[in-house]
Amino acid sequence: MSDNQLTEFIERYLDGSMTAEERVQFELLRKNDAAVESKVTEHAKFIGLLKQYGERLELENRLNAIHNEIDVHALKEEVMIHPVWIVRLWRNHHSKISVAASVMIFAVLSVLIVTGKLSNERSKYEELKGQIKTINDKVKHINVNAGGRTPVRPKATTPPANFRGTGFALTSNGYLATDYHVIKNADSVYVQNAAGESFHAKVIYTEPQYDLAILQINDPSFKNLGPIPYNVKRAEGDLGESVYTLGYPADNMVYGGGYLASAANYSGDTTEYVISVPVNPGNSGGPLLDEKGNVIGVITARQTQVAGAYFAKKSTYLLKAIQNIPTDSLSKTLNLNTKNKLAGLSRTQQSSKLKNYVFMVKVYNQ
Amino acid sequence: MNKDLKASAPTDSEIVLGILNNSEVVLKRLYTTYFPMILQLIINNNGDEDDAKDIYQEAIIVLYNKIKAGDFELNSKLKTYIYSVCRRLWLKRLSQMNRYGGDIRDFEEHLPVEEEIDNHNDRDIQFGKMESALQLLGEPCKTIMEDFYIKNRSMQEICERFGYTNADNAKTQKYKCLQRLKKLFFQQK
Repeated sequence: MSDNQLTEFIERYLDGSMTAEERVQFELLRKNDAAVESKVTEHAKFIGLLKQYGERLELENRLNAIHNEIDVHALKEEVMIHPVWIVRLWRNHHSKISVAASVMIFAVLSVLIVTGKLSNERSKYEELKGQIKTINDKVKHINVNAGGRTPVRPKATTPPANFRGTGFALTSNGYLATDYHVIKNADSVYVQNAAGESFHAKVIYTEPQYDLAILQINDPSFKNLGPIPYNVKRAEGDLGESVYTLGYPADNMVYGGGYLASAANYSGDTTEYVISVPVNPGNSGGPLLDEKGNVIGVITARQTQVAGAYFAKKSTYLLKAIQNIPTDSLSKTLNLNTKNKLAGLSRTQQSSKLKNYVFMVKVYNQ
Repeated sequence: MNKDLKASAPTDSEIVLGILNNSEVVLKRLYTTYFPMILQLIINNNGDEDDAKDIYQEAIIVLYNKIKAGDFELNSKLKTYIYSVCRRLWLKRLSQMNRYGGDIRDFEEHLPVEEEIDNHNDRDIQFGKMESALQLLGEPCKTIMEDFYIKNRSMQEICERFGYTNADNAKTQKYKCLQRLKKLFFQQK
C-alpha cells in the first residue's frame, strides 16, 4: 500500500466515510502495524491543528469586524487619565531632570567646597554689631532741627554713629564692658544712656580672643552713676535657667527674655553660652542676666543658620579680662560691685533699675 | 443593535451560552462591553489603542477557546477574568519591549492566570508555525489545503476550481501538498 493510499484510508477512516467492512479491516491493520497506528495519530493531530488554525483566523476576522465598529478615538479620550502637567513632565523627562538635578547639586557642592563655605563654621556666625542706616539718622536729625526744638542731647553736634552696640556699667565711676567687635576700628566712641545723654568714652582695654572690651567714660559732663545694683557672677549658669538681656538693637532699649540652652556653642567653643533669647544687631555687648539679676555673660553673636540660637560670652572671661587690665591704664579705681541688690525683685523691677546702667555704644569711624 | 442593548452589560451566563451557540450578537456584546476597560488599562500604562486592540483580542480568544473547550467554570466574574488575562499579557508585552517600569496602574481587581496564558502561548506558537508553513507552501497548494481542510470543501469543488481533469489527479495533488506542508511544518524549530 503506498503512502498516498494509506493517507486516503486514514482520512476516510477519520471522517467516517468507510464502509463497515473496510473499517474492520483498517482497525485490524492499525492494531497490528505500529507504523500505521502512529501515522493515524500524527495525521489526526496535524489536521486538527490545521483546522484550529483556520478557526482562529476566522475568529480574528470576526473580532476585527466588531472592533472596526467601535469609535476607539472617542473612547480613548474618555478613559484616558490626564495626569497633572508636572507629573507628565516628570514621566516624560525624568531622566533629564535627574541628570540636571545631579549636575546642580554637584555644582553647588563644588562651589561651597571651593569657597570654603562648608568648612568654615564661622560663616554662620553673625556678630551683632548694628550698622546704623546713615540716611535714617540724617533724616531724623533734620526733623529735630526743623521742629525748632533744641535736641535733648547735650552734644547736639554729635554726628550720626556708624555702628551701634550695647555696653553695661561695671562701676559707678564710669567703667563699662562691651564687645571687642563693637568698638573695633573705632575712631571715637560715645555711649548714650537711657535718658538720651551721650558721653565720650575711650577704650582702655580689649581682649580680641574673647571678643571683650572695657571702656571708660571720660566726659566732663558725666556724673557718678550711683551704686551698681548687680554683680558679675563667677560660677557658670545652669542649663535651662531663665535669662534675659537689655540692649539697643533699636533707638530705644529693648528687653529680651529666654533660657540658657547650652554651655558650649556649636563650634564646641566653651567660652560661650548658647542662649535662646531673641537678639538682633545692636544687642552685642549687652549684659546677660539670670533670674536674680547676676550678670552671667555678654551677648556676642547669633547663629545665622539655626533659628533662635544666640551666643553670649561667659562672665568668667569678663572677670579675667578685668583682672588683666594693666594698672597704669586705670585712671580711677575699678572695684567691682559684689552685692546684688536685684535678687528679690520681679523681672520688671529689675529691668527698670537696670536701664540706667545699660548704655548704647555708638562707634564712629571714617 | 439599539442603544439600550449596548448599554446593559450581558450577564456572564448569557455570554457563555451565546459563545457555545456561536451567537455573533453575543460575541459582539461581549466585545463591546469590556473593551473600554482594557483600553483604559493599556493607554494608562504606556500603551496605545493598537496595543489595546491586540491584547484585548488575545484575551477574548483565550476566553472563547476556554468556553468552547467546555472547561470554563464561572467561579469568577467574566469581567475579572478578562481583566486579569489582559493585565498579564500586557505586563509580559511591556517587559518584552523593555518598557516595564516595575509598576502598573490598576483599575480592577485581578486573579492569577499564568497557566492559561502559557497554554495559550504554546498554541500560538503552533499557529505561527502553521502560518509560515502555509506561506512557504505557495499556490496552488495553500488554497487546496485551506479549501479542503479548513473550509471543508469537497474534492469535486476543488477539482472544478483548479481545472483538474479528474478527481484522482486532484487527490494526488492534494496528497503531495499535504506531505510538503507537514515537512515544512515540522522542519521549523
